[in-house]
Amino acid sequence: MAEEEDLSEMTNDVERHLKLDPPKPSSSPPCPSHVLENVLENVLKFLTTRRDRNAVSLVSRSWHHVEAQTRFEVFIGNCYSLSPARLTRRFTRVRSLFLKGKPRFADFNLMPPDWGAQFAPWVAATARAYPWLEKVSLKRMFVSDDDLALLAVSFPGFKELVLLCCEGFGTSGVAVVANKCRQLKVLDLIESEVTDDEVDWISCFPEGETHLESLSFDCVESPINFKALEGLVVRSPCLKKLRTNRFVSLEELHTLMVRAPQLTSLGTGAFSSTHDGAQGEQEPDYASAFRACRSLVCLSGFRELTAEYLPAISPVCANLTSLNFSYANISPDVFKPIIRNCHNIRVFWALDSICDEGLQAVAETCKELRELRIFPFDPSEDSEGPVSGLGLQAISEGCKKLESILYFCQRMTNVAVTAMSENCPQLTVFRLCIMGRHRPDHVTGKPMDDGFGAIVKNCKKLTRLAVSGLLTDQAFSLIGEYGKLIRTLSVAFAGDSDMGLRYILEGCPKLEKLEIRDSPFGDVGLRSGMHRYNDMRFVWMSSCRLSRGACRDIAHTLPSVVVEAFGSDDDDDDDDEDDNADYVETLYMYRSLDGPRKDAPKFVTIL
Amino acid sequence: MDEFVNLKETELRLGLPGTDNVSEEIERVSCNKRALQGDTENETESSMMKMETCPPRKAQIVGWPPVRSSRKNIIQTKKNESDSEGGRGVYVKVSMDGAPYLRKIDLSCYKGYKELLKALEIMFNFSVGEYFEREGYKGSDFVPTYEDKDGDWMLIGDVPWEMFVCTCKRLRIMKGSEAKGLGCGV
Repeated sequence: MAEEEDLSEMTNDVERHLKLDPPKPSSSPPCPSHVLENVLENVLKFLTTRRDRNAVSLVSRSWHHVEAQTRFEVFIGNCYSLSPARLTRRFTRVRSLFLKGKPRFADFNLMPPDWGAQFAPWVAATARAYPWLEKVSLKRMFVSDDDLALLAVSFPGFKELVLLCCEGFGTSGVAVVANKCRQLKVLDLIESEVTDDEVDWISCFPEGETHLESLSFDCVESPINFKALEGLVVRSPCLKKLRTNRFVSLEELHTLMVRAPQLTSLGTGAFSSTHDGAQGEQEPDYASAFRACRSLVCLSGFRELTAEYLPAISPVCANLTSLNFSYANISPDVFKPIIRNCHNIRVFWALDSICDEGLQAVAETCKELRELRIFPFDPSEDSEGPVSGLGLQAISEGCKKLESILYFCQRMTNVAVTAMSENCPQLTVFRLCIMGRHRPDHVTGKPMDDGFGAIVKNCKKLTRLAVSGLLTDQAFSLIGEYGKLIRTLSVAFAGDSDMGLRYILEGCPKLEKLEIRDSPFGDVGLRSGMHRYNDMRFVWMSSCRLSRGACRDIAHTLPSVVVEAFGSDDDDDDDDEDDNADYVETLYMYRSLDGPRKDAPKFVTIL
Repeated sequence: MDEFVNLKETELRLGLPGTDNVSEEIERVSCNKRALQGDTENETESSMMKMETCPPRKAQIVGWPPVRSSRKNIIQTKKNESDSEGGRGVYVKVSMDGAPYLRKIDLSCYKGYKELLKALEIMFNFSVGEYFEREGYKGSDFVPTYEDKDGDWMLIGDVPWEMFVCTCKRLRIMKGSEAKGLGCGV
């Protein structure tokens, strides 16, 4: 993953070092600096990474000005870190915008609905300022149908819309985008909640050849007009990525594949045969259709898999670099013959139904594996766990190039985690979720401190860490001591005392995103990070031991940090309110250049 | 720790497997124990603060494990579907020697061999002839056979219908010389 240099952090630096005022309309500058600007502009066009651009913008006022003119892609890691007005004032030629809204814990119902992160003010501002805007990517934002409609009419050259984990819109909004954005190349709806407005949005794409290169709607939980989809695919010669939803059956998928053998990425929809039509009907040759897709490197979907059809993908296995089985309950027996052919897999997502045995098979075959994610089929705390330290250790021994892992399990050992730390030196992301809260090493009964300690000690490139299981303050001491590159840290049900939080805040200089839930960290720990919060993107602490007083102190001491406090329950008894009035259920604080937001709902208190 | 887990597994209970009250117990334990053991500060003010700011008890743990609802919903749907399914469809492939396409049928739709064979005859436009217990099918070049769980090819009709539905993996309508060998082997 590319390094993220947050716009607000960069702008912060600029404001501090150059003491800039908002640009005023200027008379034509004298000749020499005109030349400088032109030269610089042509040079700076080659700079693409945000860190480089940040550095450049700090050199001098004229460099800052030119850099702003030549920045075409803007990344904003927290939509509340600056106002849309500030964005449009500083950057005048933006073509691509990436906005992130809610923090990650909002995905797990820890944030009340209607909290915010609305796209509306951004689309309004950019519609006025950047009519040439081509690309918008949003993550965890609230996007309404009206917002999509405004987007569709405001940007005639609009090419790419990517909505990740968004909500607030429905198929009617999608229909407007499909219909009005005539230059559309990418329409990717990924893990978003899309209301079924009973609109046939696929039919809303205009007639004639489209420019579509990527169409993803696997998260859309409503049926689609298949005939229209087929027609769309036929008239989209550039289409490379197609991710269908579970309402597309295997037979229909076959039709699409035959129409578009040039696909590189395919979301296979249900991957099950329609039962109604099965009686006496001919069966297409699925394997042959896969064989014809010679460029296919990425497979996903399998949302309602009928296992007997899975071998049909065998012809493409050797070419696959990315395989996502995470919506399919596949047993080891069904899985092993398939994975044996997947020598080139780099990204693999699956359910734990493949068991340690399946992971062993992955370890034996997938020597190029870079990213592994194992999700729980039964996401409860007390189910039997089909995967364990055995699977983790096997992966570590077989997949030495591993860089990123997310692993859900019921039981784990320090030995297995330590083995991974020693075998996989390239790890940058280590996220282990032992689902039983406070669960120790199931063999030794000891806390998981040693295992996570080994990870931070041995994985010298680690930038993202999520911990779980029984952990004492010692674990956090090790994280603080060795986790010098960690930028994102996720903690749940862990630690003993405020020292745990102190170790992190005093020890991890690169920490930008800290999310903590249900841990015994209180005001002392919170205060110990006072020197850090200006340099962090956000801190989330829910169900910890925080009081309003301490949070207020942070807000007063650090004026550029917005401190939000809110609870998850709306229905407090009147009796309890007095007792718990001081208790902060959830603290969410983030740096901001433009002060507290004006759209905070009633249940949010900005201190 | 492991012993404790095993005892739980053999416990006789009325509830569905996989459900118990462990989560509630753990919640209570974690809330109270940590409040008392974790104190390293001696200031009375902060320890009072700790008691006040101990999170209120909750019956359920929201958002744990951290799996997005889009993943949870789909898995739940699958589980519900498999739990509530009454008659499972027993789908088997049917091939006929010489025919270019496979067909698929649902055995659970038929009540017995008579119905099944009738359907096959219509589907593939042939006739099976008459079935004799010791001699197999007579009067036709076509012989309906099936592969059972053990991989053996059997004549359709040799075993009781219920057993057939359970053990049949796929059907094949054989023709010609191959068929004759099977027909006599009973």
